[in-house]
Amino acid sequence: MKGWTTFTGQAVCLDVNDIDTDQLIPARFMSQPRVEGYADFLLHDMRRNADGTPKPDFILTQHPDATVLLAGKNFGSGSSREAAVYALLDSGIQVVIAESFGDIFASNAINNGVLPAVVNPENWHALRRAVSKSSIDCKVDLDTATLCMGQHTVAFTIDEAWRLKLINGKDDTDLTRDYQSNIDQFRKIRYQQYPWARPAAQN
Amino acid sequence: MTLPRTLLDKLWAAHEIVQREDGTSLLWVDRHLVHEGSHHAFAKLATRDTPVAEPSLTFGVADHYAPTRNRLHIEDATIARMINTLLANTQHHGIECMGLDDPRQGIVHVIGPEQGLTLPGLLINCGDSHTSTHGAFGALAFGIGATEVAHVLATQTIWQSKPNAMRIRIDGTLPTGVTAKDMALHWIALLGNSGAQGHAIEYCGSAIDALSMEARMTLCNMSIEGGARFGMIAPDDTTVNYIEGRPYAPTGDDWALAKQDWQQLVTDAGARFDREVSIDANSLAPTLTWGISPDQAIAVDALIPNPAELDEAKAHSIRSALEYMGLEAGQAIEGTPIDQVFLGSCTNARIEDIRSAACVLRGKRSKVPGLVSPGSTAIKAQAEQEGLDKVFIDAGLEWASSGCSSCVGMNGDTVAAGKRCASTTNRNFRGRQGRGSRTHLMSPMMVAAAALHGKIVDVRSLASSETPS
Ligand code: SF4
Repeated sequence: MKGWTTFTGQAVCLDVNDIDTDQLIPARFMSQPRVEGYADFLLHDMRRNADGTPKPDFILTQHPDATVLLAGKNFGSGSSREAAVYALLDSGIQVVIAESFGDIFASNAINNGVLPAVVNPENWHALRRAVSKSSIDCKVDLDTATLCMGQHTVAFTIDEAWRLKLINGKDDTDLTRDYQSNIDQFRKIRYQQYPWARPAAQN
Repeated sequence: MTLPRTLLDKLWAAHEIVQREDGTSLLWVDRHLVHEGSHHAFAKLATRDTPVAEPSLTFGVADHYAPTRNRLHIEDATIARMINTLLANTQHHGIECMGLDDPRQGIVHVIGPEQGLTLPGLLINCGDSHTSTHGAFGALAFGIGATEVAHVLATQTIWQSKPNAMRIRIDGTLPTGVTAKDMALHWIALLGNSGAQGHAIEYCGSAIDALSMEARMTLCNMSIEGGARFGMIAPDDTTVNYIEGRPYAPTGDDWALAKQDWQQLVTDAGARFDREVSIDANSLAPTLTWGISPDQAIAVDALIPNPAELDEAKAHSIRSALEYMGLEAGQAIEGTPIDQVFLGSCTNARIEDIRSAACVLRGKRSKVPGLVSPGSTAIKAQAEQEGLDKVFIDAGLEWASSGCSSCVGMNGDTVAAGKRCASTTNRNFRGRQGRGSRTHLMSPMMVAAAALHGKIVDVRSLASSETPS
């Protein structure tokens, strides 16, 4: 995962609340290894007819180059499937802006360098009007936690640890190695104090 | 004097290895459960050639793709590959795995407790959002994504910010025909599908104390549908009695010590919660979903909402839900014809669920086809010993093997487009049971009652001989 501080792209609006991860990527596609790419699966059933052809009036059919998604609240609720983030990322979408996100989705997004930017309802509606039914240039700045669309520059909120993680682009597993001695020490004390916490031995 | 602490505070402190300046904690993971869906995480380990830190604390099980029929001769190449990949990955890393032919196999959140892997005071992770189920034991249990699964495999730890504490108190007595599933659907409808986002829920109150362990699991399981990653209940005698003697449960001196330690796992009097909600169990009715989100739920004798009576923002989402579900605004939900039923999933496929549905169906015929998939192979065997399989088969329903099945349809057990299914599962999202499927979430008794009549009915209205007490 590469860190980033500013991002410039094309934003579109998907004005639907509660886009859960089952909609972001229907379960039947999740057996694919990642190397094959997940772009085709993004919002598959919302975006395509039963025969697989794209729905002409769907926003991502009209703007396949969109990289920023302004979406309705509670985006990414439901299943913990990280494949939902893979589908966004493999489609080039780096930023999702919404009033709220599913907790597990948001942390999966961060782990893949995708920004879940939370904006208040008032700003959301201002951005909504700015995008209208088309697409618009969008600039996102993690340093200042602001994003800019047309005339509108608005602040977004993000957990401080997450903001730094997106900027650093460091993998947690590498960071955790720095704490290996703390982990070893904790483990020792835990099993001295709570010997029952291990799974009982099987005969 | 130490400040009064919540159960969450105690569990968090007991697992915190370090806290970074930014407030994120590194937590020790006591149990890690993996399934076929964990293939992305194992692939991440493989690219870095990283070993699994603590293979003896990780357990694998085949459930998400598990075929429910002819499972030892899998015809679908994709399904076979998913299951074989899990077996190969777990074997490679020395992780114990319960494959399709293992008598302990079942849905991950059913077998954890069943095998005694789930204990009070533990931190439990699994790459599945319904990991909150295990919180029913007073464990800190939460679902994680693939990158986090890979991190837990590699380090046996997880970085996490502490959620806010929320308490849902349910006092009183559940009326006949009303279950933990109805409690769950009720509070989710009350607070909304993101009502508990960012919070860890502790359920308490006299109605919770009275619940069996299995019912507590149903309630904690659904926490995520209200947006909470964690749902938990302080352990008590019901918890201890459930665990005693299970295969991986502590024994001898460890058991005595464990029971002592578990007594501390309660919220202290006067501890502060960020949010508190109270519900009266006496006022609850059988509850079911009419729409495409678990919070679109109403009592069985209520009317489907009418968008004309609501503000535009709400009206829009209700209209699109009604359109997807093929329902009329303002009509009674009771009497809606159904095409099929499904009894299964980690929410409601334990032995008590199967008994309660069998009790309604005994000696009668279902008007619609349907599938019964017990939560584990052990539950299936138990039910067969009690002759419950015959009840379902005689009713005309299919009695199948255990797995996630129609909860998510990955194994091919899907509901066809436009078909309406009365289901004991946890998600009624668009397409969850198959593209275009229409799902109504409800309790096992309500599903059985719907099967008998071929339409949604109030289980309380059935003759008393049909209603389990
Ligand atoms: S039964 Fe459904 S909710 Fe439970 S683990 Fe399986 S797919 Fe997830």
